[in-house]
Amino acid sequence: MSAVADTHSQEHHHGPAKGISRWLLTTNHKDIGSMYLMFSFAMFLLGGSMAMVIRAELFQPGLQIVQPEFFNQMTTMHGLIMVFGAVMPAFVGLANWMLPLMIGAPDMALPRMNNWSFWLLPCAFLILVSTLFMQGGAPNFGWTFYAPLSTTYGPPSTTFFIFAVHIMGVSSIMGAINVIATILNMRAPGMTLMKMPLFVWTWLITAFLLIAVMPVLAGVVTMMLMDINFGTSFFDASGGGDPVLFQHVFWFFGHPEVYIMILPAFGAISHIVAAFSRKPLFGYASMVYAVGAIALLSFVVWAHHMFTVGIPLAGQLFFMYATMLIAVPTGVKVFNWVTTMFRGSLSFEAPMLFAVAFIILFTIGGFSGLMLAIAPADFQYHDTYFVVAHFHYVLVPGAIFGIFASAYFWLPKWTGHMYDETLAKTHFWLSFIGMNLAFFPMHFLGLAGMPRRIPDYALQFADFNMVSSIGAFMFGVSQLLFLFIVVKCVRGGEKAAAKPWDGAEGLEWTVPSPAPYHTFSTPPEVK
Amino acid sequence: MAEPQPQHGKRSNGRVIAWCMAGVVGMFAFGFALVPLYDVFCEITGINGKTAGRYEAQVTNQADANRTVTVQFLASNGPGMSWEFRPVTRSIKVHPGEPVTVNFYAENGSDQAMVGQAVPSLSPAEGTLYFHKTECFCFNQQPLEAGESTEMPLVFIVDPELPEHITKLTLSYTLYDQSQKAEVSGAAGAAKTTNNNG
Amino acid sequence: MRVHAKRAVALAAGLLSPAVVVADWTMNMTPGVTGTSNQIFSLHMTILWICVAIGVVVFGVMFWSIFAHRKSQGAKPANFHENTVVEILWTIIPFAILVAMAIPATATLVEMYDTTESEVDIKVTGYQWRWQYEYINEDFGYFSSLSTPRDQIENRQAKGENYLLEVDNPLVIPVGKKVRFLLTANDVIHSWWVPEFGVKKDAIPGFINETWTRVDEPGIYRGQCTELCGKDHGFMPVVVEAVPEEEYNAWVAEQREAAEKERQLTQKDWTLEELMARGEKAYATACAACHQADGSGAPPAFPALKDSPIATGDMTAHIDIVVNGKSGTAMQAFGNQLSEVDLAAVITYERNAWGNNTGDMVTPKEIFDYKNQQ
Repeated sequence: MSAVADTHSQEHHHGPAKGISRWLLTTNHKDIGSMYLMFSFAMFLLGGSMAMVIRAELFQPGLQIVQPEFFNQMTTMHGLIMVFGAVMPAFVGLANWMLPLMIGAPDMALPRMNNWSFWLLPCAFLILVSTLFMQGGAPNFGWTFYAPLSTTYGPPSTTFFIFAVHIMGVSSIMGAINVIATILNMRAPGMTLMKMPLFVWTWLITAFLLIAVMPVLAGVVTMMLMDINFGTSFFDASGGGDPVLFQHVFWFFGHPEVYIMILPAFGAISHIVAAFSRKPLFGYASMVYAVGAIALLSFVVWAHHMFTVGIPLAGQLFFMYATMLIAVPTGVKVFNWVTTMFRGSLSFEAPMLFAVAFIILFTIGGFSGLMLAIAPADFQYHDTYFVVAHFHYVLVPGAIFGIFASAYFWLPKWTGHMYDETLAKTHFWLSFIGMNLAFFPMHFLGLAGMPRRIPDYALQFADFNMVSSIGAFMFGVSQLLFLFIVVKCVRGGEKAAAKPWDGAEGLEWTVPSPAPYHTFSTPPEVK
Repeated sequence: MAEPQPQHGKRSNGRVIAWCMAGVVGMFAFGFALVPLYDVFCEITGINGKTAGRYEAQVTNQADANRTVTVQFLASNGPGMSWEFRPVTRSIKVHPGEPVTVNFYAENGSDQAMVGQAVPSLSPAEGTLYFHKTECFCFNQQPLEAGESTEMPLVFIVDPELPEHITKLTLSYTLYDQSQKAEVSGAAGAAKTTNNNG
Repeated sequence: MRVHAKRAVALAAGLLSPAVVVADWTMNMTPGVTGTSNQIFSLHMTILWICVAIGVVVFGVMFWSIFAHRKSQGAKPANFHENTVVEILWTIIPFAILVAMAIPATATLVEMYDTTESEVDIKVTGYQWRWQYEYINEDFGYFSSLSTPRDQIENRQAKGENYLLEVDNPLVIPVGKKVRFLLTANDVIHSWWVPEFGVKKDAIPGFINETWTRVDEPGIYRGQCTELCGKDHGFMPVVVEAVPEEEYNAWVAEQREAAEKERQLTQKDWTLEELMARGEKAYATACAACHQADGSGAPPAFPALKDSPIATGDMTAHIDIVVNGKSGTAMQAFGNQLSEVDLAAVITYERNAWGNNTGDMVTPKEIFDYKNQQ
């Protein structure tokens, strides 16, 4: 695999058009991947600044900075933007950049559609963010938008929110179709399914999840639209509807959605841990099966988000057992990563630091997930800060750290330069400490009885909230450092070799750094 | 599927897209199908406590005089509903199998004709399957003139098959103001004239 | 004037109280005061320790690798990458641990679902943003709203010990008896939670849910609404007072009497001052959350009452909107939520406060007649 020599002579820039039309009209997977990543980072900062507003308000008891109406808009928009604007597009960006390089394809299978699916996103988020300036304010019913708070009692901007969700749904579905077509049809000769890199595998499964659940999300918001504007009563008890039905349909989408945000990170982390352990990944096949099992199980656990709505005993038990079962394949993955590190030859560059933090902190999030799965105990945890701590522990170190690890891992390939390792390590430690400071105390707050989504709280919660806010500010500010590191890396720095990490494996390292505008015009041979 | 395609085969992209789109359309339809499916599922299992429509089956079961079940009645008003609405009998002990009649009282204290619709809910939800209504005001909308009052009947049978551990059933009705929806559908007599928000 | 006097007293009381700063570093779940909450607590602790044990093993191996197998220490990588036996083992062992966890969890859940043989039945209805408690066998009920003054929330006054966890009328239940709660909601979904009981259940509009508790220790227990229900979701606490049985019976008798007295009060002759005084209180609990204490509202959803055409115009229209609400808006029908006396007081207050000096007054009797007219 290391056959292709890395020489500067291969950098042939005859591809990209000049000026704005390069970006508007491009069908090049690398350009589109970059745009996805830049867009997602912009959204990450926007959603993050909303989190800063939330944490600033919660710094002390009492209402200081914002009123409850606006606070609710902030929690809602923070959730929506982070889920749909930051995490999902970032993974699509990574997929765009890396899938063709990893499977030896010249581009994505459907390049034109690729361009559309990206440009839909800014449109969707322009609409979503514009609701902040509308009369009655932005959506204020939480990112889970439970009816009837979001239907009968929703602000006038709800219709725009629904429209935005539709557009981003279309974008995700188009992205998913593209990924599936690329992986199924564009692999280099000899790359059988079970020889595919894990990032490719996890993305293939993620894409199937997207195809399966994004239409359900589109369906549920369409039902809301009809309830609001056309007088139907899907979720309105007064017309014979059922508000709990909303939750069933929403979480049928919502739970697989959680795995959509984590599975690609599983794949990327598997590469990174193996690379910096200088040892092949332990249990490749079981990793693939575990991801498949997690994806399948994700369809039969949705009601664990609804243990308190009054599901009958048999239902509670079923969903409790099914949810607990997810711990088995997830555990297998963690054991595999740890065993990969065991008796390796480890070094701790920034990608590895983020990957190790990913494993530790994601496991902690998994533990609290297991606790939440225990239905009787969930009656105490449900809708408290314990839940907030749990899902931030799986999403921040899971999805976000996974993305950072991937970014540092592949930045040399993208830019042709090494990033500043010292700054990157600083970024890691600031993020790591900030993140734990922000979210670990939330476990205590939840256990002590603080409900989520409240703008003000009783005095016994004051100390931990202050700690949490300080951690959040620290985490927030350190992300600007990441921006600086990336810009610096794009503009210059030590030249990166084709394979800058001695332990790394895969076709992407056989092309020069930066990867030429067109790669694998003739497919490589995989043995 | 896995056969190597040296030409980066473009041929089968169309097929992949077609399959994926079929999946997308199918799942979108499935989302909507969840609504009736959920209703059917609830009707079979009774999980959401929504009691079924009119009970048509022949009552062949003898009343089980050895067993009594308490049936408790609750009445709530939906938002904006100003009627006085309450059960005449708060709770009643019944033998499973016997038909029982109880009344609910409703009075429209406002100065305009209104239409109400009662929505039933039973707890524990497990009992829903064993609670049969042969006659209920909740089957129809309830129009009341300004100041008019009425007693609305409910006839029900508790199924003798009701699981042993259930000794008390609570039937709750929430009364919703359907005047505006009724107006839209034709009866445009007493259009509301109060336009100002208060 | 009276407002300022009251504020001054409250402020003085707040400053004198030694318990203003009660912030603590509570880290764990409360074991609570009921059988259910204790079982949940022990489940919680068991699972926590199991997780800690697994964590120690997994992270132990990991940190061992991190310290012992570093490249900088000259570690040479091994080349193993699969071992079927190990992989089967670490699939089966976690599964066995899960089964061991599921058994006690199932037992607890079964018990939590057993609502039979209750001795007191209370209907709990969630409203935006307060709770209504109805003692369905006793013929009385009341609303329970946040009693923390706005001044404390807006930092103009020192915060009291039970900041945001105090209400005007707590729920009162007898100790040692099985109390069954029937939950529903009027507008959106709320969730009723008392951590020390281990009881949390959603209150869903149009649907009825049930749960139960048996409290053995008398005391005051505090919780909150835990389902996002709009603007004041953070401001609708649950306060339950568990009292010995005799005390409870006396309280019930008193409440029934009070309900009767309320009916008589309706007949009494009220003066404008009396109505204004009562109206200010009723306004603060029922109306101020939306229309604001100074009547300025928060347009467009919550119109101002100061100088509004309704509060200064036709009296009947004003009564109508307060009693019957306005469908399609956030304005609820207060006819069934407030007593005739409070309705009359609130309307009178709104027509005379904040410079709406209409001099109008409506008596409880007139409200009563209005409700029963024709």
